[in-house]
Amino acid sequence: MKRFIGFIKKEFYHIFRDKRSLFILFGMPIAQILLFGFAITNEINNVDIAVLDHSKDATTKEIINKISASKYFSIDQFIEKESDIKSVFKKGKVKAVLNFEKDFSKNLIKENHSNIQVITDATDPNTANTISNYVNAILQNYLREQNKNSTSAYQITPQSRMVFNPELKSVYMFVPGVMTIILMLVSAMMTSISITREKELGTMEILLVSPLKPLQVIIGKVFPYIFLSIINAVVIIILSLFIFKMPVQGSLFLLGLESVLFIITSLALGILISTISATQQTAMMISLMGLMLPVILLSGFIFPVTSMPLPLQIISNIIPAKWFIIIIKAIMLKGVGLQYIWKETLILLGMTVFFIGLSVKKYKIRLE
Amino acid sequence: MSISLKNISKSYNKVNAVQNITFNVKQGELFGLIGPDGAGKTTLFRILTTLLIPSEGTASVAGFNVVNDYKSIRNNVGYMPGKFSLYQDLTVEENLDFFATIFGTTIEENYDLIKDIYIQIEPFKNRRAGKLSGGMKQKLALCCALIHKPKVLFLDEPTTGVDPVSRKEFWEMLKRLQQKGITILVSTPYMDEAELCDRIALIQDGKILEIDTPKAIVKHYPKPIYNVRANDMYQLLKSLNDYSHNHSVYPFGEFVHYTDSRSDFKPKELEQYLESKNLLDIIINKTAPTIEDTFMELAK
Repeated sequence: MKRFIGFIKKEFYHIFRDKRSLFILFGMPIAQILLFGFAITNEINNVDIAVLDHSKDATTKEIINKISASKYFSIDQFIEKESDIKSVFKKGKVKAVLNFEKDFSKNLIKENHSNIQVITDATDPNTANTISNYVNAILQNYLREQNKNSTSAYQITPQSRMVFNPELKSVYMFVPGVMTIILMLVSAMMTSISITREKELGTMEILLVSPLKPLQVIIGKVFPYIFLSIINAVVIIILSLFIFKMPVQGSLFLLGLESVLFIITSLALGILISTISATQQTAMMISLMGLMLPVILLSGFIFPVTSMPLPLQIISNIIPAKWFIIIIKAIMLKGVGLQYIWKETLILLGMTVFFIGLSVKKYKIRLE
Repeated sequence: MSISLKNISKSYNKVNAVQNITFNVKQGELFGLIGPDGAGKTTLFRILTTLLIPSEGTASVAGFNVVNDYKSIRNNVGYMPGKFSLYQDLTVEENLDFFATIFGTTIEENYDLIKDIYIQIEPFKNRRAGKLSGGMKQKLALCCALIHKPKVLFLDEPTTGVDPVSRKEFWEMLKRLQQKGITILVSTPYMDEAELCDRIALIQDGKILEIDTPKAIVKHYPKPIYNVRANDMYQLLKSLNDYSHNHSVYPFGEFVHYTDSRSDFKPKELEQYLESKNLLDIIINKTAPTIEDTFMELAK
C-alpha cells in the first residue's frame, strides 16, 4: 500500500509540474463549455432583416411592428425597389427580406387574401429555415388575433408544447455533449499519454524491473485522473447550473455515479490505447482521431442518431459516449431515476469491464 | 554463481542480436561486457533483468530463472539502463524517495550503502533531475538502482557521455560497492575501463570473443607489438598500411600500434622503410598490448 501511495504521489508531481497538461486538464473544460454555451447555438436572435413595402398601409405597418418587436428580428433597413433585394443580400448583413405586395390591406379586405414574400439567405440552410418558420409563426399569430371576433367556419389551432426544454435552449443539448467529450478526452487522452511517456522516457523499463505489479502501475497511473476528472465533472455541472441556468431535474447523486462510471470507461480506453502505442504522439493522435471524432459525430451529441443511415446507427451503438449522453440527458432534463436508464448503465458497465479486461491482458510485463 | 548464462540466443525478426552466449559471474565479482555499440550488450542486460525472453538457452540471476522466477529477480536486482531513465521533472530527492518507496524501503534504511555517492549530489537535492549534468545524472541513477540493497547490480553503459573525471569517480564507487558483496555486471564501450573489472567478456556482433581477466586476455595477444611514431601521422599510417609485411596497424593516441607478420621482424628494417617515405623523427619501441589491441585482433 505504501508503494502504491508513493506511486500516486509521483503521478501528482508529474501533473502539477507540467503546465501544459494542467492547462488541458482545467482550461479546456471551461473554455469548451463557455464556447459551446455562448457562441455555438442553433437559436436565432436579432437577425437583421430588410423590408420592401409596396403598399405602406396600416396592415403592413402593424405586421412590421410586430416583427420588429419580437426579439428574433430587427429591421435593418427599408428598401424601395425589387432590384435592391439582390444587393442587400450580397452585402451579407441582412438575412431575410419581407416583400409586401401592392395594396396589401385592400386585397385582404376585398378578396380575403393577400401575399407577402419571405426571401431568406440560404447560404446557411438551418438559419434560413428557422427564420422563415419564425416569420410564419408571427404572421399566423397576427391573423389569429385579427380573426378572434370573426366567425370563420373552420380553424385548426395546433397547441404545441415543448417538454423538458420549453425554451428550446441549445445549451441544454450542448452541456451533456460537452461534458461527455471532456470527460472522455481528459480521461482517455491524459492517461494514455502519461503511460506512453514512461515508455518513451525509458522509465517504464525501470518500473518493470521493480516489485511493482502491473495492476499497481496501471491503477496508480489512472487514479489521479479519476480524481481530476471528477473535479472536472463538478466544474462543468456548476458552470451549467449557474451560468446557463440548466436545471438538474434528477438526482445529483445518480448523475455523479454515472459520471464516475463513464470516467472509468474512458480511463480503461486510455489504458488500452497506451498498450498499443509506443509514443506520446501516437497515443495523442489515436485519442483525438479515434475518440473525439466518433464522440462528436456518432454519439448523437450534434447529429441525431435516428436520422443517420442504418450502418452508422449500428456503429453508434459501440460508442460509449452515446450511452452516456442518453443517460445524462435523461437525468438532467427528464429527471428520471435508475429504473429508466438501467439498460444504458448496464451497457456502459459491460464496456468498462471489457476494456479493463482487454488492457490488463494486453499490458506487457516485459518489453516485447 | 550469481549470474549464469547457458547458450543464450536472442533474435528479433530473424536478426540475431546475441548468439549462443555462455558465461558465469561469481558472487561479489565485477564483471565487464566490453564491446562496440550494437554488439548485443543491451540485449543481454534485458534478458538478465527479465525484460526480454531469450529465444534459446537458459539464464539465472541470484539463483532465480530469468523466465519463470522473474518476480523474484525484480525484487533482488538493481538496474540502470543505458538511457537516463529517471523522472526529469522530479527533484533528486524525490526520485530517490520514489524508488525507495516502490522497493518497499526508505532512504534512511539503506543510507550507508549510497552515502559515498549521495553525498556528492546532496547539495543539489532540490534540483530537478533533468537539470543535472551528465555525471550527476549517472550518480543519481546509481543511487536509485542501489537504494533497495540489490544482490546483483546491472549497469548498462553507465559512463557513456560522462566526462573523464566523473568516469574515474564512478569506477571507484563500483569498486567500493563490490567490496560490500554486491555482484556487478557492467557494460562499456571504453576499453580503458575494462582493465578495472575482475573479469571481462569481449563481445562483438552478438558473439563472445573471449572471457578472462583483463591481464590474461592481454597475455593471449599473439605477437610483439610496437609503438611507432613519426612527424607526420597521416603519412605514417599510409606508409605502414602500404608496408607489405604488416599484420595490424591501429592509431593509438600519439602512436601507431604496429605488428609484423614475420616472426623475425627487425625494427631497423621498418625504420629504413619509413625513412624512405620521407618521414622524420621516427621512434619504434616495443610496448605491452592493451585490451583494445586484443579486441581488435580478435575481432579481425
